[in-house]
Amino acid sequence: MKTTSRSAFNPLKEIQLRVWHLVPFMVTLALAFLAVSILLLLFGVNPIVAFQAMWDGAFGSQNTTAETLVKATPILFVAIGITIAFRGGVVNIGGEGQMIAGALAGVAITLAIGESIGFFVVPIALLTGFFAGGIYGAIAGVLKAYFDVNEILSTIMMNQIMVQLMNFLLNGILLDPEAGVLNNIPKTARISEVAQLPRLSVVFGSFQLFDRTRLHWGFVIAVVLAIIVYVLLWHTTIGYRIRAVGLNIRASRYAGIPVERQIVLSMFLAGGFAGLAGVVQVLGLNYRLQTDGSPTGFTGNAGFNGIVAALFGYLNPVGAIFSSVFFGGLLIGAQQMQRELGVPASMITAINGLIVIFVVSSQIFVKIARRRQMTDALPEAEPILETSVEDGMTT
Amino acid sequence: MIAEIFTASLFASTIRLATPYLFATLGETIGQRSGVLNLGLDGMMLMGAFFAFWVAYLTGSLILALIVAILLGALMGLVMAFISVTMQAEQGISGIGVYLFGLGMSQLLFQKFIGTPRTIDGFPKIAIPVLSDIPVFGEIFFNQNFLVYLAFALVPIVWFVLQRTNFGLMIRAVGQNPEAADAMGISVARVRYTTLILGGILASIAGASLSTALINTFQQNLTGGMGFIAVALVYFGGWRPTGALIGSLLFSFVNALQLQISVVGVGIPAEFAVMSPYIITLIALIFASKRRDKPDALTKPFQRGGA
Amino acid sequence: MLHKRARLLLTAMLVLFAMSFMTVSAQDDGVFRVAAVAPSATTDLAFSQSMYDALLSIQAEMGEENFEFVFQDGTFVVDDAAVALRDWASSGEYDLIIAHGSQFGSILEELAPEFPEVSFAWGTDVNTFGLDNVFAYTAAAEEGGFINGAMAGLLTKSNVIGVVGPIEVGDAAAYINGFVEGAASTNPEAEVNVVYIQSFSDVPLATEAAQTHIANGADILTGTAQMVVGPIAVAQENGVLWFGTQASQAEISGEVGVMFQVYHWEVVLSDIIALIGEGTMGGESYVLTLENGGLVMDFGQAVLP
Repeated sequence: MKTTSRSAFNPLKEIQLRVWHLVPFMVTLALAFLAVSILLLLFGVNPIVAFQAMWDGAFGSQNTTAETLVKATPILFVAIGITIAFRGGVVNIGGEGQMIAGALAGVAITLAIGESIGFFVVPIALLTGFFAGGIYGAIAGVLKAYFDVNEILSTIMMNQIMVQLMNFLLNGILLDPEAGVLNNIPKTARISEVAQLPRLSVVFGSFQLFDRTRLHWGFVIAVVLAIIVYVLLWHTTIGYRIRAVGLNIRASRYAGIPVERQIVLSMFLAGGFAGLAGVVQVLGLNYRLQTDGSPTGFTGNAGFNGIVAALFGYLNPVGAIFSSVFFGGLLIGAQQMQRELGVPASMITAINGLIVIFVVSSQIFVKIARRRQMTDALPEAEPILETSVEDGMTT
Repeated sequence: MIAEIFTASLFASTIRLATPYLFATLGETIGQRSGVLNLGLDGMMLMGAFFAFWVAYLTGSLILALIVAILLGALMGLVMAFISVTMQAEQGISGIGVYLFGLGMSQLLFQKFIGTPRTIDGFPKIAIPVLSDIPVFGEIFFNQNFLVYLAFALVPIVWFVLQRTNFGLMIRAVGQNPEAADAMGISVARVRYTTLILGGILASIAGASLSTALINTFQQNLTGGMGFIAVALVYFGGWRPTGALIGSLLFSFVNALQLQISVVGVGIPAEFAVMSPYIITLIALIFASKRRDKPDALTKPFQRGGA
Repeated sequence: MLHKRARLLLTAMLVLFAMSFMTVSAQDDGVFRVAAVAPSATTDLAFSQSMYDALLSIQAEMGEENFEFVFQDGTFVVDDAAVALRDWASSGEYDLIIAHGSQFGSILEELAPEFPEVSFAWGTDVNTFGLDNVFAYTAAAEEGGFINGAMAGLLTKSNVIGVVGPIEVGDAAAYINGFVEGAASTNPEAEVNVVYIQSFSDVPLATEAAQTHIANGADILTGTAQMVVGPIAVAQENGVLWFGTQASQAEISGEVGVMFQVYHWEVVLSDIIALIGEGTMGGESYVLTLENGGLVMDFGQAVLP
């Protein structure tokens, strides 16, 4: 919280600060693209063509832009949750497992309710998914707060446990009754029409936006929630307490904040949003829950990517919106590169890794810039992943 | 039934399976003790696994493969140190970036230079004379391959270095309170670079142990997330080498056990069997010793003059 | 933050002024174009490789100037496959789009009705969703499984046989069930132990499963899916015989390889291509069998000199 600079709002200084952030970021991005180009050249791929394909794939048409946003949606949900967790001082690596938990609960209740209450099944399903993910996250929270079990460890374990549980349920009681004798990948029945989140498109005369794409209202829900959580974290008492515990547990305790309960709450919220990511994928995109047999089950790594997106967004939910879209574009665009140029999937993974490394290494320039801007030195508390105090930016 | 399940080979499997976890966890412990989290461990393991396999496949020499793995590991550790210490990048994310890069690169190189999966003759079992003739125990402990022995030998070595040498003292100081260490004249950067290089070497050997000793082949994503489990095991082991040993053994034991149970045919649904190592580890954690040496400066980049 | 806002603005502009993608209809130049997406690597010695090899052999047969294909491998994330399939479908450039993986079925259910002028194929399944532009294909893996099992029953000396399976679904389950039946038919005394490791790709776990089988007395091993590389190595190390499926593992299994059930999808593909040429876009389902030449038993070095 920039308590002092908030009272002296200087637009010129603000712009200067933003531009300062821009320059090193651009330089690093350029370096990243250079490194990627070298990699591409080594394998006989023309980098210019490759990057063109990547951009085309991400934002080149309405369809691809829609796919980017679709990819970004679960990442954003998870990122929101991770932001809360990190701000609250807990490192939640359990996004994958919590997402699955939310999806399982959500699809179960949706199938159970069926069409009996019309579209009211949607909010019920969303809430159920949120609570399921939240409870799963809260378990890790309780283990940390009351049993001193490190949450990184517990959440990694719990991810694997939930994947297996999903395999078990999808092959068992949740299995699609219409799945043929030639049994396929474990999946549930299709949810009814009323439960499906509508596709998001605008058709006005001859003007159309995202028509015939897979973009759905889940994205809008995510963006709205991001803004709400931002307000929650920085403009409410609950948010204050969460952040206080994240910054300094001891001081918070002296201040009378019930630290253990806050930790559980933070994990609950984090898990809840990851759970939402899961149930929204089911209601908005796939209309059923199915797994592909891989360790990431049905999440497609969104739980993982959400963590990176949260950190790229400087642990601010609104920033996470942009970083999630960026990430979505990166992933979708890279696949286009793969399709158009025959670049193997493994190179795409390596490229993703390179970009992440470069972008995250560029933070040092930002830090140096910030240090010069700070006129008053703020006390160095106990950041979890080196999020300095001034990161509570007011966009 | 009990005798059918708890056979000597079950324990021998445990020892063998624990080897890659042990190497990786020990390496990560050293790094984390100095305050740096390396989440890219799995990626480093994959690179080590691929290069060791490739060299062994091309030259037939396992020793050469190991040497190459060590050199590669040092290089990777160096890069990680540059990213985390000099560039002070967010250690959680930079680790994930390294993981992705290692995962993709190892597979890419494999596809390009080897193509279809192949097998090699890996490190053979070496029966320690006399000791391996002891009934039951001989088979379990003294009839394993070279890398297994190396991994277990490293446990007391790492303990010794950490607890009884000057360097170990510096590592612990830097991890606990880098400002104070810096004030005492210890170069925080140099210590962290060293620990990360050591960690990289051990990670690479961990991967090599998979591709040239345990499995004797390479496939995409050979490790399947082992590196992340290893990071978790560091926490489980309380940042101590003996803890790493216990954690690795426990995890592998339950893994070997669930396989044995599946083969022998006790009627547990397969999904629960596969779940069991994770559940057991979790439960064990709750009751584990509270004594923890968590380095206070873990994941915080150090900047002289106050970060 | 300014630069992020700028990006959003730029993106919004692009979106607003986005041109609709080129609507090139499937090119009438006599070249048959295929696009395929598969969940694992083309070198996996199993599922994905079988389709890739099939496409290559069709290309060899029809000639490169008449047949082109693109193959997106490693796409196990269903969503990403959906992106690819939609991209190909809407480009209008492809005569046949293949979704090689039973997890992709639900995508086609949605997608195919939107693009009735494009022909789709998917496997392994028989369900064409009642759509007339969708073909389905699968393999009667239990047939080769039975043969392998019968042979294994005859060859085993210890009367213990080990099976390493992935997840109990689809053609993996079919193969293994066939194998177990086959072994029972020639050797009712033999104990066939089946372990499903719950993953298609976890090589270390598969390896350990194989080791466990051997420790429990197995002198013959079999398995399916791309993680079998590990068990094959274990088999070689211990001189244990190996039976395989989906692709020929003769080379990698060396001296211990006995028999492999090889999928020849090209049998199905040439039929589909011919039908499309005549104007039938779908509605047929195919099963590879030993009878129609879709399944062929290949022999390893343990049998051939």
